[in-house]
Amino acid sequence: MITKLSHASIYVLDQASARDFYLNKLGFEEKMNVPLGEDVAWITVSPKDQPDLQLTLMPINQGNMFSAETAEQLASLVANGAFGFGVFACKDIYATYQELSDKGVVFTKAPTEEFYGIEAMFKDDSGNWFSLTQSKEEAS
Amino acid sequence: MAEDLHPNMYKYRRIVEAKLFIDTHYHRKIDLENISDQACFSKYHFLRLFKQAYGKSPHRYLTEVRIGHAKTLLRQQQPVTEVCFLVGFDSLPSFTHLFKREVGMTPTAYVAKIAQHKEESKRLPLRFVPNCFVENFGWDK
Repeated sequence: MITKLSHASIYVLDQASARDFYLNKLGFEEKMNVPLGEDVAWITVSPKDQPDLQLTLMPINQGNMFSAETAEQLASLVANGAFGFGVFACKDIYATYQELSDKGVVFTKAPTEEFYGIEAMFKDDSGNWFSLTQSKEEAS
Repeated sequence: MAEDLHPNMYKYRRIVEAKLFIDTHYHRKIDLENISDQACFSKYHFLRLFKQAYGKSPHRYLTEVRIGHAKTLLRQQQPVTEVCFLVGFDSLPSFTHLFKREVGMTPTAYVAKIAQHKEESKRLPLRFVPNCFVENFGWDK
């Protein structure tokens, strides 16, 4: 029986920049930062209230996994916003939207009433998009 | 910059500013009553709005911010006594007590654990990475 998701990967264009974005703009906590070579490290971050989910900031490097051509294609897809990696939850979307916007996070959708709650969308520094949602239960 | 979408956006801005005040002044003596005054709310109203926005009281949030910064400074090998005062605590016993309650170990034990983790991750970095990633990405070569 699967009990929970412990790690999820997010492909990023620049690990140092992504680390700064997730820690200093989104306010996540660093769980691991293990250098594995000159241009790659195992970096994981977690939302502060969900320490058992580690988001891995994966570099897109040519190597075992990707040929040079594939790495270039993947980087281009990430930069062009082809990937939406998930939904982040918050208690109060207007306060969170205000704070993140003030910190320079780029929103592509302002908070909008939806059937399931209130949703906004933002991009990380690489181009990956995420939903930011206040569920109906939180909103009521 | 956020658009003022919500009719009570000014209210959110004041709550966010109060939270950011804690984020930047955690190392000082913070009187939560002053924050509610500065945010132009009654204390009760401020506590309620803060909790609604962030799911925790301002006092609880301040504690988490202080302990979070303490962990960062301890990871940077700053002495425990200095860290205690740098993050806004008045005394070492109260810092140690609260740190243990929040982190599950004393600051000194935390420093020892971090040092051990650093040494091991430097010596055997791949032990800290799920092997499926190591193999697929060829990080063991």
